[in-house]
Amino acid sequence: MLGRTASAIFWMYRYLERAENTARLLEAGHRMTMTRSEDMAVQEWRSVLATLGLQQAYEAKYSDFGGAQVCDFVLRAKDNSENVLSMIERARTNARAARSSITGEVWEAINEGWMTLSNLLKKPVSSGTLNQSLGAVRRVSTMVRGTTHGSMLRNEAYSFSRLGTFIERADKTARILDVKYYLLLPSLSYVGTPLDTGQWDTVLRSLSAERAYRWLNAGRMDARSIADFLILDDRFPRSLVFCYSELRDTMADLAKFHGSEAEAHEHMRQFDMRLRDTSVENIFDRGLHEFLLDFIANNQLLASAIGSDYRFNS
Amino acid sequence: MHAPDGSVRGPYAEYQAWLDEQEAGLMRRKTSEAEGFFRKTGITFNVYGEEDAEERLIPFDMVPRIISGGEWRRLSRGIEQRVRALNAFMHDLYHRQEIIRSGRLPERLFRNNAAWLPQMVGFTPPGGVYTHITGIDLVRTGPDEFLVLEDNARTPSGVSYMLENRETMMAMFPELFSRVKVCPVSDYPRRLAKSLAACAPEGAPDKPTIAVLTPGIFNSAYYEHAFLADQMGAELVEGSDLRVVDGKVQMRTTIGFKPVDVLYRRVDDDFLDPLTFNPDSMLGVPGIMDVYRAGRITIANAPGTGVADDKAIYSFMPEIVEFYTGEKALLPNVQTWRCADPDSLKYVLSNLEELVVKEVHGSGGYGMLIGPTSSKKEIQEFRAKLEADPENYIAQPTLSLSTCPIFTKKGLAPRHVDLRPFVLCSPDGVDITPGGLTRVALKKGSLVVNSSQGGGTKDSWVLED
Repeated sequence: MLGRTASAIFWMYRYLERAENTARLLEAGHRMTMTRSEDMAVQEWRSVLATLGLQQAYEAKYSDFGGAQVCDFVLRAKDNSENVLSMIERARTNARAARSSITGEVWEAINEGWMTLSNLLKKPVSSGTLNQSLGAVRRVSTMVRGTTHGSMLRNEAYSFSRLGTFIERADKTARILDVKYYLLLPSLSYVGTPLDTGQWDTVLRSLSAERAYRWLNAGRMDARSIADFLILDDRFPRSLVFCYSELRDTMADLAKFHGSEAEAHEHMRQFDMRLRDTSVENIFDRGLHEFLLDFIANNQLLASAIGSDYRFNS
Repeated sequence: MHAPDGSVRGPYAEYQAWLDEQEAGLMRRKTSEAEGFFRKTGITFNVYGEEDAEERLIPFDMVPRIISGGEWRRLSRGIEQRVRALNAFMHDLYHRQEIIRSGRLPERLFRNNAAWLPQMVGFTPPGGVYTHITGIDLVRTGPDEFLVLEDNARTPSGVSYMLENRETMMAMFPELFSRVKVCPVSDYPRRLAKSLAACAPEGAPDKPTIAVLTPGIFNSAYYEHAFLADQMGAELVEGSDLRVVDGKVQMRTTIGFKPVDVLYRRVDDDFLDPLTFNPDSMLGVPGIMDVYRAGRITIANAPGTGVADDKAIYSFMPEIVEFYTGEKALLPNVQTWRCADPDSLKYVLSNLEELVVKEVHGSGGYGMLIGPTSSKKEIQEFRAKLEADPENYIAQPTLSLSTCPIFTKKGLAPRHVDLRPFVLCSPDGVDITPGGLTRVALKKGSLVVNSSQGGGTKDSWVLED
């Protein structure tokens, strides 16, 4: 397939995954602030914006942190070029560019989702319409994933859709974990207090992990076992290890299609091995923040290696 | 749909019978259903210069335009004759120019024609085919009387609407199709792929690689480019995907460059090769014309075929058909006055109120005067333009075009239509898909059917009889 088309598919799925994760982050934040004092709510919205890398842009415009205002900024504000609506728009534009490499079902799923969402986000977001919009974002991602799974040939195009999805997902999981741990827990005195538990609950919810975690850990709620779960549990579909096992399999498929490996394969192999050989003790000995920063950088390196090996750009 | 005496014409009888049985309100409901269908599938076109509505729908009318099998067979013969003549004419223009030597066609006509390419002189495209795809615009002026309005030999668009309009009609009215037997159009992409493959250059593999060259997602016809590539199983490429490597045009795939044998290009000649034509073009492939002239790629349609789109050349088509086929043209032209000719100009100037005046190189319904519907002031302004540069214009009578009913809020109402069948040409022969694109003027009394000017489309049925 064309390098440009591979790139369009890769980015289509990255943007969809990004939009979905952003919506989930807002949902969790919204839920948390409903049960907290105003100070805590401000802190929560700050951390959401920090996770998304939007804190500076937001604070340049506003000095207060009302929930509807933050959500409006993240979802649709024109002066936020990384808003969720524009992510969905970019996913659709990439889908259009790759139109002859995706099925009609996949195209209709993204196109209809985009129509619904641009309609919902025509007006400013209020707390009454927030859930509807967030639901629509998650639905478009779900629909595209479902139609992709059910209708696409398992060929190169499918492989690049998987690569885009899991590179982005691994990045978001790492960032969410990092921000909560690093920004919100400056001093260890917080650890174990009710606030702490609430924060960790939000982390889990941001990753749709609360039920799975509870089911496996029966009442325990501490940084170490949560980090263990989100980084190393290969059964949880948003854990770093899970994302990398998907990436590993997909890269192996590509090597099979092409009859040869690219440089990105070697990079991935080393990186994946390090990830699988580590333990939560090792991670905390070295420092969770350092580990996650390192992971995010390596993940980014892998993404660029894929782009240059498979000729995304001329 | 109706004969002059008001009775329903034969081909429409079964449709009318079906329509009479339908409850009121069905058509209205189906119209909005169809619009949703189009939006969902993304069948849109972009209008240049309108920021707000970046992607618009072409209005679709639910009442089919119906042609009997007998009418179609007669039409097909005329179309085939015309397309064969066009290809022979192109070959002659770029070789010995017998038609000019014989005095049948004035030399100035193509010497002044920007579409005529000196780079094509003495070169024969693979398979000898110039117009791989031709769209012949026809209008009907009476029972069994079709006239050719225009020959689109450059890159005729609209075929995706022929296909999607049918899909829509079948989705909306399945029971209608079990009652009326309509020739299918859905295998057009397969026929196109086959016809293009048959035009592959010498030395190409048995299964040549076909690619559709699009200017990109912001082009007004991008939907069609993607649709055709998808339906043909061809690659959809942009100029930046292509490069000349080892004397062949190759596309940048994920594992390196891969040769393209047949390029169905949807960019104009001028943008095709910045080394040969417009040096600022980002849409083309530097050096593709050298590869082409070395016989190592097929470009469809061949560069330089735009000469036939010229309305002054059009006025000579009856002579052209006769010159190359030795037969009288089966499909007549619309009577045309060439304003370059002093007597004609005199006639045109004194009858502007009655005539349609068009620019020789114009298209899309722009830059024309429709006398009967224009104000005195508009006519005066146009008169000045015409007098300043008569060679640039031709004039035609306002035809009593046939109408076809459309569905309006007040029920069915007649509107003017034209028909564009799509014709494929390869060394294997001329292949005409039974059907075409029917464009319809949505405004009462209007004769302008172009989608860029608010025209709509209809499904076009050729009956199996």
